[in-house]
Amino acid sequence: MADVAAQAVLTVDHLTMRFGGLVAVSDLSFRCRGGEITALIGPNGAGKTTVFNCITGFYRPTEGMMTLRQPAGATFLLERLPGHEITARAKVARTFQNIRLFTGMTVLENLMVAQHNGLMRASGYTAGGLLGLPGYRRAEKDAVRKAERWLERTGLVDRADDPAGDLPYGDQRRLEIARAMCTDPVLLCLDEPAAGLNPRESHDLNELLLSIRDRDGTSLLLIEHDMSVVMEISDHVVVLDYGVKIADSTPEEVRRDPRVVAAYLGVEDEEVEQVEAEVLT
Amino acid sequence: MAASARLPAGAVSAAPEPPRPAPGFADALRDALYAALITLGLSIPLLALRTEQGPNGLVLEPRWGLVAACCGIVFVGRLLLRLLGLRAVPSRRSMAARGAVTTRAEPERQSGFALSALLGPVFLGIAVTFPLLAYLSAGGLTESRYWVDLGILILTYVMLGWGLNIVVGLAGLLDLGYVAFYAVGAYSYALLATTFSLSFWICLPLAGILAAFWGILLGFPVLRLRGDYLAIVTLAFGEIIRLVLINWVDVTGGGAGISSIPRVTFFGIPFTNDETGFLGWMRWLLGWRDGAQGSLGWLFGPEGPTFSPMHRIIFLYYLILVLALITNLVTLRLRRLPVGRAWEALREDEIACRSLGINTTSTKLTAFAIGAMFGGFAGSFFAVRQGFISPESFNFLESATILAIVVLGGMGSQIGVAIAAVAMVGGPEMLRNLGFLSHVFGSGFDPNEYRFLLFGMGMVLMMIWRPRGLISVREPSVVLRERRAISGSHVKEGHG
Repeated sequence: MADVAAQAVLTVDHLTMRFGGLVAVSDLSFRCRGGEITALIGPNGAGKTTVFNCITGFYRPTEGMMTLRQPAGATFLLERLPGHEITARAKVARTFQNIRLFTGMTVLENLMVAQHNGLMRASGYTAGGLLGLPGYRRAEKDAVRKAERWLERTGLVDRADDPAGDLPYGDQRRLEIARAMCTDPVLLCLDEPAAGLNPRESHDLNELLLSIRDRDGTSLLLIEHDMSVVMEISDHVVVLDYGVKIADSTPEEVRRDPRVVAAYLGVEDEEVEQVEAEVLT
Repeated sequence: MAASARLPAGAVSAAPEPPRPAPGFADALRDALYAALITLGLSIPLLALRTEQGPNGLVLEPRWGLVAACCGIVFVGRLLLRLLGLRAVPSRRSMAARGAVTTRAEPERQSGFALSALLGPVFLGIAVTFPLLAYLSAGGLTESRYWVDLGILILTYVMLGWGLNIVVGLAGLLDLGYVAFYAVGAYSYALLATTFSLSFWICLPLAGILAAFWGILLGFPVLRLRGDYLAIVTLAFGEIIRLVLINWVDVTGGGAGISSIPRVTFFGIPFTNDETGFLGWMRWLLGWRDGAQGSLGWLFGPEGPTFSPMHRIIFLYYLILVLALITNLVTLRLRRLPVGRAWEALREDEIACRSLGINTTSTKLTAFAIGAMFGGFAGSFFAVRQGFISPESFNFLESATILAIVVLGGMGSQIGVAIAAVAMVGGPEMLRNLGFLSHVFGSGFDPNEYRFLLFGMGMVLMMIWRPRGLISVREPSVVLRERRAISGSHVKEGHG
């Protein structure tokens, strides 16, 4: 793991995103190191989801460069790839703040859709599968097995044949993570995975994320408001406020950083000028 | 353990339903009175007074009897409806709001699932033996022609419905111009056959390929459109194709259409009454050669088999049956392939699809292309059957009928689409045969004139009782342990 950890999986350089006159993200640079959990935190409206959308190709950044380096050595400039290739080739998967499952399909089908590209190749781009060639049948069986493995890890195997829309909220969150993991990502981006979970579910989620980091060697980048999750599992924290990075270090140091505290809690009136001076320097 | 979800299908449907609180008679009476009052209010301006040509200009003729009859019908109908406990299915949104989705959906989906599994073989059996049934019931080959023709018409719409089902039901792309591909297929065959004298069996795949090509051509500009916008552009596309067919007189013959299109051959053998045609082939096959008596003498008599023009019609019937079944089998197979699952995922959530690395562009284009291809096959069948085509046959009403078949049947449900096609195409035809009604309503009554009224009423009732189509359950494409149908309330219709 040491050589992987030394490298940055994702390097974001001078990322700027403007919507008309509004600067949502301004000159942001940070790195996600391989085999680590990086948390992106900040108050509401700080631009965290915008950063995510830039990384995963839903927005095209106004300026900046995002380099993804796979452990095997291949590098991709994410801002130049079309949206779907960011997952298909560069292997960046994501989940959504408001869960986006295929509610009318079963839990298992959700995980099969996630393995679309591999299955598509195995089915000879539909032609072979239409003729019922054995190669595709084998690939499908493997895909089901892989899905089952993820269902076991997320504790959803009993619900495999139920529609995803029938699952309770916490299960839907875990299913979305399992679905993202079925794309074999190098970097998994989670947009508020613990939102709406009770403490127990949140604890299970921590376990799951740690096991993804340790067992699968997938690096994680997560946006989170739940500080118990952030402080407990992340190796590295980046704090955004109004689109600007105000801190970038270990959880312990971030917790003590006065600018972070000010951004989250606000400050006493008499301290405003002092904090402003700190922030602006 | 949520026990209800794990019971086998039989146990769920056999479980006694919780007793519904009986509607109080007083409540029902009050409700029926309200309904009658509303009817009274509506019918006074609409029905009560009629202007008649009198001797000195117009006179008002009151028709209070009619108003009273209407109010009475509504009162009794509403009362019965309430007392029998027949009530409209609550809308999906209100059900979801009350958190009643699972309790209500469970028995419905299980029964729908079993029903569709049972209906398939029954329908197939009827379809395969239909010409024989028609022959037996009509009492002769020539007499059965009306029924076989009707069967061909229904099967054509079944095939079109199944083709459109790929685009609308699976991929969730609302296509109001499907008839354009039907037209492309028909004109492809007509033009290729009349100018290059190509046989139907060569033109059939060519027509499919050309239609698929036009499907992709339509697909490109509409990739970014969704919902209403997509519907409008596809509608316009259908009209553009029709207008081109009307105005490009040099090639398409304009409004006059193309006539004397070569008829279908029995895999190269023409349906004619001589030794080189179908008759000769039939006699050769059964051994009636050179005056010798062949087999099946008990059936044909000493003269041997004779030719009837009905042979061609019956062949056409089986041709469209096979084409429709191919459409069905390919669709069922595609659903279990990654491309089919990607279509359904696209219908459910396009953004999530993109985040999973699915190329939504090519996925949408394949849906358009494959749907259009089957439309093209059906179109070339239409041309070979009619022998004459003109732009008249490809107007918007056709698109609307096909779309109505898909929506009525339940989007994505193969058997539902087949039932809806029978109801939509066969139903109006059946009205022609309701002559006995004229004994009830007087000799001037022609049920045919009320076709669209009944049709509209049927549609309204469907939308009230089964807003998601006849068969709204979805069958999963892959199963880990136990096959369970998915209630329609979870399945999305797609955003275009």
